[in-house]
Amino acid sequence: MISGIFHSTYEQDMALRHTHAQKIRLAILIVFLLVFPFLANRYYLTLANQIGIAVIGAIGLNILVGYTGQISLGQGGFMAVGAYTAGILTARMGMPWWASTLVACFVTAGVGAAFGLPSLRLKGLYLAIATLAAQEIILWVVTHWKAVTGGVDALVVPNPELFGIRMNTDFNFYWLVWALVILVTFASVNLFRTRFGRAFIAIRDQDIAASVMGVDLFKYKLLAFAISSFWVGLAGALTAHYRSIVTWERFTIDVSVLYLAMIIIGGLGKITGSYLGAIFMTLLPAVLSNLGRVVKGVFPGVEGIIPFIQQATFGLVIILFLILEPEGLNKIWKNIKDYFRLWPFSY
Amino acid sequence: MPSEFTSTLNSSTLEAGQTQLKIDGLQLNFGGVAALYNISLEVKQSEILAIIGPNGAGKTSLLNCISGLYHPQRGKITYFNSSEHEMTHMKPHQIAQLGVARSFQNIELFRHMTVLDNLLSGCHIHMKTDLFSSMLYWGKAQREHIQFRRFVEDIIDLLEIEAIRYQTVGSLSYGLQKRVEMGRALAMRPSLLLLDEPMAGMNSEEKEDMARFVLDINEEHGVTIVLIEHDMGVVMDISDRIAVLNFGQKIGEGTPDEVRRNPVVIEAYLGEEHSPYPLRSKL
Repeated sequence: MISGIFHSTYEQDMALRHTHAQKIRLAILIVFLLVFPFLANRYYLTLANQIGIAVIGAIGLNILVGYTGQISLGQGGFMAVGAYTAGILTARMGMPWWASTLVACFVTAGVGAAFGLPSLRLKGLYLAIATLAAQEIILWVVTHWKAVTGGVDALVVPNPELFGIRMNTDFNFYWLVWALVILVTFASVNLFRTRFGRAFIAIRDQDIAASVMGVDLFKYKLLAFAISSFWVGLAGALTAHYRSIVTWERFTIDVSVLYLAMIIIGGLGKITGSYLGAIFMTLLPAVLSNLGRVVKGVFPGVEGIIPFIQQATFGLVIILFLILEPEGLNKIWKNIKDYFRLWPFSY
Repeated sequence: MPSEFTSTLNSSTLEAGQTQLKIDGLQLNFGGVAALYNISLEVKQSEILAIIGPNGAGKTSLLNCISGLYHPQRGKITYFNSSEHEMTHMKPHQIAQLGVARSFQNIELFRHMTVLDNLLSGCHIHMKTDLFSSMLYWGKAQREHIQFRRFVEDIIDLLEIEAIRYQTVGSLSYGLQKRVEMGRALAMRPSLLLLDEPMAGMNSEEKEDMARFVLDINEEHGVTIVLIEHDMGVVMDISDRIAVLNFGQKIGEGTPDEVRRNPVVIEAYLGEEHSPYPLRSKL
């Protein structure tokens, strides 16, 4: 048991991890990520890849909503921008997948910043409605601008290859997506150790005080939209290359709500929360449908209503989280850690 | 950078006694109500100027005009620091960049940050690292960050808040929050510090502490301070000059002794010293 954490240099004081337990946990996580693809079958690899994409998208949304306090319902639209930009550049212009992914990130950042313009005047629910407009406008453009996007028809993207290796097999894509997850995490965690991240949190907590401290509200709100959308665009572009097919149905308002649910359940304003939320919300439907398959054998009549039960359970879980642990899974995880840090004593 | 920081919290380049802030014929209207009417005031380098007056007199409105949260309809605010800056129509963040820092009447800290992060966020205008290096947090970015961490420790030391460094601000007592808020303003290395009721709602011991900090900041670091305060004992004790507002107009200005004897001020705000029922005498 430790009696406290004592630092003798400022470097130690500013470090992200202080205790052995923290370092060991990180090491275990890394080993797990490295070993997992060799042990898992295709089903679990697919889930892991979906989680990876969701984590990137959730970190992006969390930067905007959780850290900067600008509620956004435009997540699906921004993902669509990333997916279609990457898809079109690769499918129609023959750009390599990695280049189109990078371009897609910048394009989405630009589009995100443009739709962030109302944020200087609008706050809270009003901004939410403005970003909802972004969602609808983007999807409308996607489904009606036939010459470029192909309209409601699916856009087929060629398989991504790197040095002659096909990247979108589940096993190969796993390494790509999780390397990017780690990159995004690294960059985002560091962002919130420095003036940019602190300015974002300052805007969320007390925007007037932030402006008096020298934070240019307009610039930093747009920057939050841009950085957030950059990651969201990455998640969209990865979806396009992974699935090889881009359709507008994958980026509806449901996606925006799903991602909002992820970061609320995971924990607003916490990178770990984005992880936990993305894992939870990706696994929940999978667990529910597996459960449905088991129950189907026991109660034959139940088969027809299983999809509805899944929807209802989904909603129920969100409501329960909001009531029982508003700070999300991240808080539960913290409580567990606190409990074991002092174990076997109660305080 | 670190040596420059540790020497002083004051970033002003003026000599003590030079005019630092000049307010000229300021008028601020809200609809048909004149919140401020023809206010002219000068603030000199390294003095403590107190602004007093009854509730609703326009004291906070005046501070808000100085820090750019309100923009007056008429009049001019000029700020001197190495050169002359007309800041009547500047945005708050531009005024902050000139070195004008402030605290608020109702605490406006960043509630979910730790004390340390609140203080570091006060250093925002001095931090130079670009976005990309910030995300890498390597080499220069890290070194800069550690320098500011060290600088902030001086403020923690000055304000005696060592014990609460890592605590989230929202969980602190009112008095400590007020102290942290002053620290955050100090972290800007201000040339002019505006304090809006720094001692409101404190017990006498906390008030004494706060008064001591204000004097330390002023005497040791030479920071010019403009403060709004209702506790006349404190105001008379620590300020060099006092300006009195009533119904948006300046009705008096001078040293504490002059203001204490000014009949207009006594009538409007201070009341008769010897009368047990100051209101009754007016009936």
